[in-house]
Amino acid sequence: MNDKIDWKKYLIVFLFTVGLFFSASYASNYFGDKKINQLKSIQEGISIDILSSETQFSLLADLSCKNISYSVLSGELGELGNKLEWSEKNLGKADTVSYLKKYYSLLQIKDYLLTKKISERCKTKAAFILYFYTTKENCSECEREGLVLSALREKYPELRVYSFDYSIDLSAVRSMLQIYKIEDTKLPALVIDDDVLTGFREMEELESIIKKSFKLEEAKSVEETESKELP
Amino acid sequence: MTLISDILFNVLIFLSVYVQMFFFITFLENRKKIIIRNHPIKLTKYPKVTVIVPCWNEEKTIYKTVRSLLDLNYPKDKINIFLIDDGSTDGTWDAVSKFSGYPNVKTFHKENGGKYTALNLGLENVKTDFVGCLDADSIVEAESLVRIMSYFERDKNTMAVAPSVTVLNPNNIIQEAQKAEYHMGVFTKKMLGFLGAIHVTPGPFTIFRKQVFDNLGPYRHGYSTEDMEIAYRMQKNDYKIEHCNDAYVYTKTPSSIRKLYRQRLRWIYGFINNTIDYRGVLFRKKYGNFALFTLPTGIISISAVSYLFGKMIYNLGHLIYSKIISVGTVGWSFSTSTNNLSWFSMDAHPSMFLIIFVYSLVIFAIVLGRKMVEGRWVLSLNMLYYLLLFRILAPLWLINAIYNTVISKKPAWR
Repeated sequence: MNDKIDWKKYLIVFLFTVGLFFSASYASNYFGDKKINQLKSIQEGISIDILSSETQFSLLADLSCKNISYSVLSGELGELGNKLEWSEKNLGKADTVSYLKKYYSLLQIKDYLLTKKISERCKTKAAFILYFYTTKENCSECEREGLVLSALREKYPELRVYSFDYSIDLSAVRSMLQIYKIEDTKLPALVIDDDVLTGFREMEELESIIKKSFKLEEAKSVEETESKELP
Repeated sequence: MTLISDILFNVLIFLSVYVQMFFFITFLENRKKIIIRNHPIKLTKYPKVTVIVPCWNEEKTIYKTVRSLLDLNYPKDKINIFLIDDGSTDGTWDAVSKFSGYPNVKTFHKENGGKYTALNLGLENVKTDFVGCLDADSIVEAESLVRIMSYFERDKNTMAVAPSVTVLNPNNIIQEAQKAEYHMGVFTKKMLGFLGAIHVTPGPFTIFRKQVFDNLGPYRHGYSTEDMEIAYRMQKNDYKIEHCNDAYVYTKTPSSIRKLYRQRLRWIYGFINNTIDYRGVLFRKKYGNFALFTLPTGIISISAVSYLFGKMIYNLGHLIYSKIISVGTVGWSFSTSTNNLSWFSMDAHPSMFLIIFVYSLVIFAIVLGRKMVEGRWVLSLNMLYYLLLFRILAPLWLINAIYNTVISKKPAWR
């Protein structure tokens, strides 16, 4: 029987299989890069929108709110966030993804500042939540808080939720942590209307806070329109 | 832990790809040798053949089985048929007795002792140089025997020739799924035949040279897979087994999941335990491709399927856990946010491409097997039934068989 074994074939099949493994890795890498590129282009788009609105805002500082168009929707940023989260878990391109995540955090901060300014000046209906989280190992409740926030965002499209990874190495985020005195032992932490809430918060509790926040805005805007109408 | 699991996963994927690739390359090497003889063929000599039909409670199917043997296109005086009733409790003996008037039919009645004992009773009475067996739930096609015998005429060293076994009149999805599986079996068997590495000489109509049993002894219990045990024994003793792809046998297959499950549990249990009994053969190059390819392939399949099943259960558990957390936190919500990821969240791990590759080759093997049986290229739904049904069920009987082996519980025939 010994002479019947075709060792060459065993080797050739081995080499083919190794070749296939490399091809599969290559294909996987190719799609991974495509996804990264998609993320980058979404970020570029959002970045341009924010920059353009900021510029417009400065230009038209004293003019009517009607002329300001701000097109970044909270959904767009949210979707980008979801995709980044998925990439972090599945893509395995840790360096690129963490770079993109930093960029995303910056975009969130800029969007927050700008939307807040526009909403204050132009009295648009808006509420903001800054959400600080960290890894599952260090924050058992963060996953659930994330679920609550996603559900809230779906229910109230005017609500803008900005989420920040506590451990991200970005000075802008660190400044925010300092401003609101966020500690890593008290995560998840939420900032709503400059109030800091730590630990897990139920949907109902947050909902009532947000509604209050909306009402305040509305009350303010009604006041202002009324005062404008008076001679 | 995840690292070990990842390594194991990749090793199993690698081996699975290797096995499919090996079959494929074997096919490319030998494709010109696969022929289907559509016209009746003639032999220079027609050696005498005895066909043993062991029956146990097969009153419904025995008539057609014997009829197909009597209708074989082979000189009538060269075929002896032994009908052996292995202590049936239904009307099998009456059905068998109806054939006792034929000059070339002999009937035997014995106490129930299991299929291998019935076969051995037949073997004791065989006077011819060639002997085969035919399960009483199978039907042979008229040209099968002459085509099989041509293999013996061609090569003096060929000791056994197995036919192409396919499904008899599939009536439901379960049998349709098995039809696709049997087609793949035809392809696999042909390739193993080229490699000299066949590990089962199927109960339905494998023909042996009588000297196989004279030299190696009669059938053994072989964990209720006596047709596998004898093939292992032949391989161990360097006896050549071939596969005649254009000799067709149609066999009745399990019609319900329960019956299929029991049959497969018996087969896999037989594979595991015969392999354990013949473990001295494994990876020893003097036993050829049987030791280096066939047996390892079986072991790889069992490991891969069991592992993937475990992984699937783990993932499912994880999914359910997350859903429970989610429902407990925000209630039932038919969120659309996950759909937003669309193609983005498409799995593009290297393993995904390799699994697609393996499945493509499996489908290719089914199509080719069917081509070898029917002579035409067909893509049909039963492949899908097969892939879906066996994807779910195979891990269960595999794990059950492993479990039974560990606690050494022998499976029942039916």
